[in-house]
Amino acid sequence: MPITYTSGEQLEVYRFSLPVTVGVPLLALFLQAFLPRHFPGFAVYLDLPLLVTIYFAMARRNPISGLLTGAFIGLFQDMLGHNLLGIYGIAKTVVGYLASSLGVKLDVENAGARFLLTLGFYFIHSAVWFTVAKGMVSLTQNWSWSRGLLAGLANAFLGVILYFFLDKFKQRA
Amino acid sequence: MESVLGRYRNLVILMGVLFLQVLGLAVQVKRSSDTENTRLIRVWAVDVITPFERVLIWAQDSTGNLWHNYVYLRGVRAENRQLKDQIEQLRLEQVRLNEDAVQAHRLQALLAFKEQYISKTVAAQVIGSSGSDSSRMVYIDRGENGGVKRDMAVITADGIVGKVLQVFPSVSQVLLINDQTSGVGTILEKSRLQGFLKGTATGEVVLEGVMSDEQVAPGERVLTSGGDQIFPKGLPVGTVTKVGPGKDLFLNIQIKPAVNLGKLEEVLVVVERQERQAQTADVGRVRAADILAQRLPSVPDKPPSVPKSAGVVPAGGVATPNAVVPKTAPANPGGTPGQAAKTGIPSPGAASNGGSGSAQPGSKPASATVKQSKPSTAPSEPGTAQVGPTKLDPAKVDPAQANSQDSPH
Repeated sequence: MPITYTSGEQLEVYRFSLPVTVGVPLLALFLQAFLPRHFPGFAVYLDLPLLVTIYFAMARRNPISGLLTGAFIGLFQDMLGHNLLGIYGIAKTVVGYLASSLGVKLDVENAGARFLLTLGFYFIHSAVWFTVAKGMVSLTQNWSWSRGLLAGLANAFLGVILYFFLDKFKQRA
Repeated sequence: MESVLGRYRNLVILMGVLFLQVLGLAVQVKRSSDTENTRLIRVWAVDVITPFERVLIWAQDSTGNLWHNYVYLRGVRAENRQLKDQIEQLRLEQVRLNEDAVQAHRLQALLAFKEQYISKTVAAQVIGSSGSDSSRMVYIDRGENGGVKRDMAVITADGIVGKVLQVFPSVSQVLLINDQTSGVGTILEKSRLQGFLKGTATGEVVLEGVMSDEQVAPGERVLTSGGDQIFPKGLPVGTVTKVGPGKDLFLNIQIKPAVNLGKLEEVLVVVERQERQAQTADVGRVRAADILAQRLPSVPDKPPSVPKSAGVVPAGGVATPNAVVPKTAPANPGGTPGQAAKTGIPSPGAASNGGSGSAQPGSKPASATVKQSKPSTAPSEPGTAQVGPTKLDPAKVDPAQANSQDSPH
């Protein structure tokens, strides 16, 4: 699997226009809320805001930018539900930070690397989410390995396709 | 110090952002689990997302309507014929149900029940969801401006959906019954066991609070009990799918909701409920003999003497289960079930059991018989002995009724 370890100087850093920076996360949040009306399993297996967080964090390769992107997207996702604000926020902040930190060190441009990284970040996100939900808020949640694995693979697969389309909007910094 | 902060700048900022969020969570947890204190922030989020959802739903509906109402009309004639047949069948069923309903109202009036009516509903369209399986709720396109308030029941024709959790000017959040924070007071239709319905983390619906020594069979229907003060009594909730031993002394009863909660499109919000004393159509005091003379022309003027004990409702309102109707009395010849209901005489199917002459235990309660069994006439009139195994509490029967049940002597 061609995950190349490179120095920071060799890696490209990208930026995005303001409409893309604001519009893509909003579109992801909108679709996450709207699509379950037609596809009830969508919200169970797919997390579009997470994929967008991972993509922006990895492309910008800036940990502060990555964690702030994750925090905003996560908090917005919390606002759309009825649970306390901050559960998704914390989980996506951690993922945003890790994704951008990893993006500084690894070549995350090819599909295989993206698939594995998205799968890994999905599990990290779930672990943090469950820790906060159970440990701090006392939400009763049961982790199912089969469902978690299926959801992780589904997100990773969708992520690879989504990142391919989002690559069209990135500009060299 | 500065160099340390500079070196670990990213980590420090990460810790700072995480700390702020944890602090925010702690404040919310401490204040209450209520979402009221974060209402303003949620309004912003809803205001950003829901306009797009509304537009998309509108566009979808418009396109769908154009296609289905003007272009794609294949099979409409056949469906029309089928629906007409169905209407005929439903009309027949309605006659039967009307009779039952009138009889039930009469019983409720006797027992001074208070009935709850859904007097006003508002139709709303589901426009979105939370997008997370940990928060099972939907957004509807009606809010404060449409008269929707917090804790109002949300239903469909099939059964209950949930309750209004938060209300915004033009949008409301509805907490579905399969969310783990929801709770509905329910009753099992046949066994009349009460419990409360809860959602689970995986989105299933379970009935809790039923003791393990009770008998609950899969397939039994679950209705609202009205005990939660949100849902009116008697609305369909779902069907029992699986019964097994649960925690402690309770059964683990899994329920399949009557409504497909994953495919909600239109719902009704119960915006007004009325509670009133059960009433029955007042037909005045009519002697059973007169009614019988009207409806049973073949009954002779002077009926053959019957044993005094047969069919007499003793004082206190306890009807004799084995009371016998003389076989000479034909069962409602020429009389419609509706007439029977109005006049207070139980229909043949209800009390005299198809005219076989004997009221069997388990047949429908014949409250009207108690009403009609006037002491002066009851023992001498043949038809007044149509009583079922109904036991009436004398304390709950109104004085006029109680008087009419006095001993004839």
